[in-house]
Amino acid sequence: MKLNVVFFARYREALGLDGESVDGEFASIEQLRAHLAQRGGAWQVLAESNLMCARNEELCKLDEPLVDGDEVAFFPPVTGG
Amino acid sequence: MAIRVQAATFDPGAEVNALHAANLGVGAVVSFVGYVRDFNEGRDVAGMFLEHYPGMTEKALAKIMVEAEQRWPLLKLEVLHRVGALEPGEPIVFVGVASAHRQAAFDACAFVMDYLKTRAPFWKKEQTADGPHWVEGRASDEVAADRWK
Repeated sequence: MKLNVVFFARYREALGLDGESVDGEFASIEQLRAHLAQRGGAWQVLAESNLMCARNEELCKLDEPLVDGDEVAFFPPVTGG
Repeated sequence: MAIRVQAATFDPGAEVNALHAANLGVGAVVSFVGYVRDFNEGRDVAGMFLEHYPGMTEKALAKIMVEAEQRWPLLKLEVLHRVGALEPGEPIVFVGVASAHRQAAFDACAFVMDYLKTRAPFWKKEQTADGPHWVEGRASDEVAADRWK
């Protein structure tokens, strides 16, 4: 499957990246997160316990299943308002 | 139900007045205005940048507002949130609720703010003398949101 993965705020800055296209087979967002975090270095921010995620612009949990073409966002806890 | 995500500032008084304009069934208007402070967690704040997730931001706000409309009998509900560069003293967010009676308006306004704080994709980056830094999420905001479950 091909996924559009995007990053925001502190994660975006740490990675120096707004997002990237990721190819692979991932049963859930958790598997995608583990795959990216194990790249090491700055990517370890994705291993933070309070990480939030969204699938196709909707908040979800890490066990959310994925299908080809999904947009997955990773970001630290939100701080608006 | 109205959602506005904008860089431009706004006039909170005008927003409040618009909530009961041309609707004589409105008996109560409750509003919340959040402002940029010049001091946070021991540091002077010279300014702030608000990042968001275009596309998801509006959807996340709409979801919260639909839930508020399902839980309380509301006549009008408006959320306005700034993005981009802001200075101390400027308004960041406006939540306005109109209803026939006060309790629905009070509760819905608090509910929308509590959910916005924990579910809408905005992030604050403060400019301080030590340099810029990202504001961390607060556990107390999660506790506040949990009371509506």
